[in-house]
Amino acid sequence: MLKDITLGQYFPGNTPVHRLDPRTKLILVVVYIVALFSAGGVVSYAVVLAALAAVVVLSKIKLKVIAKSMKPLLFIIVLTGLLNLFYSQGTPLVSFWIFTITREGVFNAVFMILRISMLITGTFMLTYTTSPIALTDGLEKLLNPLKRIRVPVHELAMMMCIALRFIPTLIEETDKIMNAQKARGADFETGSLMQRAKALIPILVPLFISSFRRADELAVAMECRCYHGGDGRTRLKELVYQTMDYVTLIGGVVFLAGVIALGHFGL
Amino acid sequence: MDNAIQVENLTYDYPGSEESPTIQVFEGLNLEIAEGSFVAVLGHNGCGKSTLAKHFNAILLPTGGSVHVYGLDTQDEKLLLQIRQQVGMVFQNPDNQIVSNVVEEDVAFAPENLGVPPAEIRARVDEALKLVGMYQYRTHAPHLLSGGQKQRIAIAGVIAMRPRCIVLDEPTAMLDPQGRREVLATISRLNHENKITVVLITHHMPEAVLADRVVVMTDGGILADGTPKEVFSQVELLKAAGLTVPETTMLLYQLRRQGYDLPLDALSVEECAQTLRRFLAEA
Repeated sequence: MLKDITLGQYFPGNTPVHRLDPRTKLILVVVYIVALFSAGGVVSYAVVLAALAAVVVLSKIKLKVIAKSMKPLLFIIVLTGLLNLFYSQGTPLVSFWIFTITREGVFNAVFMILRISMLITGTFMLTYTTSPIALTDGLEKLLNPLKRIRVPVHELAMMMCIALRFIPTLIEETDKIMNAQKARGADFETGSLMQRAKALIPILVPLFISSFRRADELAVAMECRCYHGGDGRTRLKELVYQTMDYVTLIGGVVFLAGVIALGHFGL
Repeated sequence: MDNAIQVENLTYDYPGSEESPTIQVFEGLNLEIAEGSFVAVLGHNGCGKSTLAKHFNAILLPTGGSVHVYGLDTQDEKLLLQIRQQVGMVFQNPDNQIVSNVVEEDVAFAPENLGVPPAEIRARVDEALKLVGMYQYRTHAPHLLSGGQKQRIAIAGVIAMRPRCIVLDEPTAMLDPQGRREVLATISRLNHENKITVVLITHHMPEAVLADRVVVMTDGGILADGTPKEVFSQVELLKAAGLTVPETTMLLYQLRRQGYDLPLDALSVEECAQTLRRFLAEA
């Protein structure tokens, strides 16, 4: 069950999307989210969806992977859809018992579901096609001006990188602890919500203890490999903007302007 | 020639608290490790061998006495990076040493910290990965590799610093037999072909046989020091220190106790078989 989590996972590849500078991709994701929320009509949604589809196709990430990553969020998506379906005011289409489905409700529900799914897919495309180190490097470079106001940018980037690195390790560990507790008769599946929450304590305590031990060992191992903060560090892959990045960024700006313009005309 | 590591009169106090008083680990320990040698440090759990290893690259600093690494005093904070670059360290759990989700980026971590130019990092990473036989896995995610492979990545991560000495603290303790063989073969190759000084800390006797010198530690002191043959022949001494001897030596030792005049210095199965055959032929 836990193994299905694809959050923050990276699928190595050598596609145009993989090759883009992480900074470009980070900016594009922001552009994409703004565009998504500016979209107000069928046409603008179609444009954003087309852009997303183009990225998915170019990146060669399988639709199956995307579908799998949506699974844990399915509940939220469906719930939002239903709420919009039933709670929108407007011209009634059907009504039964206390529920009334309006024309606007159907529209809102469809758009809301689309919007959330596209939001998730779009942001996942970033982590799927960018290695965590490249991602944190990009973030560090983008946030670099904040160093002047004493924001510990390098440290934050390093923390994020290590957190991403340890997600699979900790998931594996959680699985092991759960199995160990199950073997001793722990029951995680039945009982009231309170009881189930309590049953998690014997998982969380060993997980925390082992995480602290891991952190300690990792810190020593990093020191042994001459880690001494961000000063004077170089990179295996220095980030350099390529022509492709400039083209993509300009494309992103045009795309955003287009979507906002379309939204302005209610399309 | 300078020694790779020179430990003189070392004492170390584990800082205590109110309930537990300060614990002194060593009582004036002396040890030299020659450049280019392969030294195995043996000892039961809690005898201080890991504490000693952590002195070799200034993770711990001596309370008394001194540790010199290629002539550099580990107490001198200015030399810290230089010392750590020269003496690489590999630990027991490979999962807790790997910092990145991509093999090659993890191997690049140490040279990045040292400020090596990118083109040179690339060369070092490729070289280190080829040395440990993991080059074809360079774009893989470490958590999908086996334990032995992960440990070899950790070794590559240290090799990329171009150290003159590697200290390995029970690098095979968490590995299956296959992974253990892979790691040991890698270590031996680094010592023989690349002339890297190796200090292997272990409590596995068969691993110590690979070394050209064995140091046996007990309760913060050195109990025996010599070639594997010399050390393992001292069966009573090792047993008193709570250590087991290799099976081959044990067999010869038991036979000797039955009154057969056999030499004890056979470490491999072949050697042992030959010793026995010679003995039978003579008898």
